Amino acid sequence: MLFTRPGSRPGVASTAAMTPALLLRNVRKSFDGPPVVKELSFAIAPGEIFGLLGPNGAGKSTTINMVAGVTRLGGGSIEVFGYDNRRDYRITRRLTGVMHQELVTDHFFTIDRALKIHSGYYGAVDDPAWRQRLIDRLGLGPHLHKSMNKLSGGLKRRLMVAKSLIHKPRLLILDEPTAGVDVELRHSLWEFVREINREGTTVLLTTHYLEEAEQMCGRIAIMNHGELIALEPTATLLSRLRDRRFELLLERPLAALPVELLPFGARLEGEGRRLILSPPPERSTGELLALICRLQLPIAEIETRRAGLEEVFLELTGMNRRPARENLG
Amino acid sequence: MKARAPLPPYRPWGPFLTLFQREILRFLRVSVQTVVTPIITASLYLFVFGATLGERLSVVEDFSYAQFVIPGLILMGVINNSFANTSSSLFMSRYLGQIVDLLVTPISPAQFIFAFTFAAMVRGLAIGLVVWLISLFFAPLPGTFPWLAFGMAALASFLFAQVGLIAAIYSNTFDALSMYSNFLLLPLIYLGGVFYPISILPPFWENLSRLNPLFYLIDGFRHALLGQGDTSLAVSFGVSGALSLALFAWAAALIATGYRLRS
Repeated sequence: MLFTRPGSRPGVASTAAMTPALLLRNVRKSFDGPPVVKELSFAIAPGEIFGLLGPNGAGKSTTINMVAGVTRLGGGSIEVFGYDNRRDYRITRRLTGVMHQELVTDHFFTIDRALKIHSGYYGAVDDPAWRQRLIDRLGLGPHLHKSMNKLSGGLKRRLMVAKSLIHKPRLLILDEPTAGVDVELRHSLWEFVREINREGTTVLLTTHYLEEAEQMCGRIAIMNHGELIALEPTATLLSRLRDRRFELLLERPLAALPVELLPFGARLEGEGRRLILSPPPERSTGELLALICRLQLPIAEIETRRAGLEEVFLELTGMNRRPARENLG
Repeated sequence: MKARAPLPPYRPWGPFLTLFQREILRFLRVSVQTVVTPIITASLYLFVFGATLGERLSVVEDFSYAQFVIPGLILMGVINNSFANTSSSLFMSRYLGQIVDLLVTPISPAQFIFAFTFAAMVRGLAIGLVVWLISLFFAPLPGTFPWLAFGMAALASFLFAQVGLIAAIYSNTFDALSMYSNFLLLPLIYLGGVFYPISILPPFWENLSRLNPLFYLIDGFRHALLGQGDTSLAVSFGVSGALSLALFAWAAALIATGYRLRS
């Protein structure tokens, strides 16, 4: 099996002999140049929330577009619930709902009409109750009869989420669904994604808010330069890095690092005014604090931090030595 | 064989009917531009050539100039609007990126092409019908073979819907798209015998005009309405039908392979 069972996530059934919700085998793609996606293989189990992360240009959107059929497959194969997405494209597209990263709306119509049209494109049997639920849960009700060009960016994004779900797909692909969305909406959007996931929809998402991926996803794949550089349950991925970090701001600069601190992963920064400690798992925090007291260091302030997905991400993509924030997403 | 889960219910005609309906709603939403303007333009032509010049000119025996020119003006409306509908709708969808809404759905290439084409035909033929109704105030036509006339108009509409699809796919800018209407469509229409019978031209130009596919559409349509033309109805239908099939095959190949639609 290419995937492991993502443990206690709700809505995830046993994967022992189950057809994957999405299966990529040696997927390749290039656009008049070096390959953008290289021999990419992974599987997503039904019921998972799966995160696909990577810096700009890693090939995430190209991969998603190949699954959705917007970009032609350069090589390899893609299966959605066991159906080949080229041979059985009419079935795989019915099973898949996609929300693209770019804000795309049909300026000719109102929200209400746009949803009906999108449902019709999928040949879906009209289900007013489901449409109403999407409208209610995404807060589109008061804006139903507004023309598209009168909608704010946040509303357009909510409409795109509704459109991606209107035909009740079993695999939902969200490409940066919360880009440019305010905190409140982001929160309600994720709550809704969790809700439909509990009802059985498998979710593949990309986001550059790494803490969102950390909270939402049972498993995370990280892509860089068109290749998979990590694919693990989120918890395993996070445990890859030493999970404690202490930063001591000193009143007076230290001329040299006390040798006693070396086993605690210590280093000096900021001209001796900042002492960073990343103790290995076998060294307890108590032991470290006792040592600091004994050394009578001139401490002004202490900051502690647990390593998050961001650190793992930066470590894996080799971006931790660059001003990384701008490079994410 | 792995067990695959049952699929949700599906209306096989749903994608086609929805896109067809969407395309009609689209041009109705901008009806001043897509319906009213072409009708006013055609009415002006009718006024100039039907009511003013038309009484003083005669280019064919048995018919006034107004009667001669009206079939050409009707077909011009049909052609221009069929072309404009597919070309602007598909081009704008590509240009604004809305095309992805369609590309991710289970719509087949055949459904795609026929939905765009039939909506363009509805607009083209509706404009043609209105121009014909207005023309009744200027000069009634004998309408010798009404069903053949309708068939020729439908063929012209179908053919230029394909040209519109092809132009929309090959154009990456508004300028490129307008080149098709200004430098291809317009000269072909004006030199294809809308305003004069090609038989009054010197032999070289008359023979050259016979290479213009629009000549067969316009002449065939006029022939069906007036009962006489520069060439036989069979030749007109044969040439127009063959060209329609060729252009349909071209457009279908582009859409089926996703040329410039899917990256």
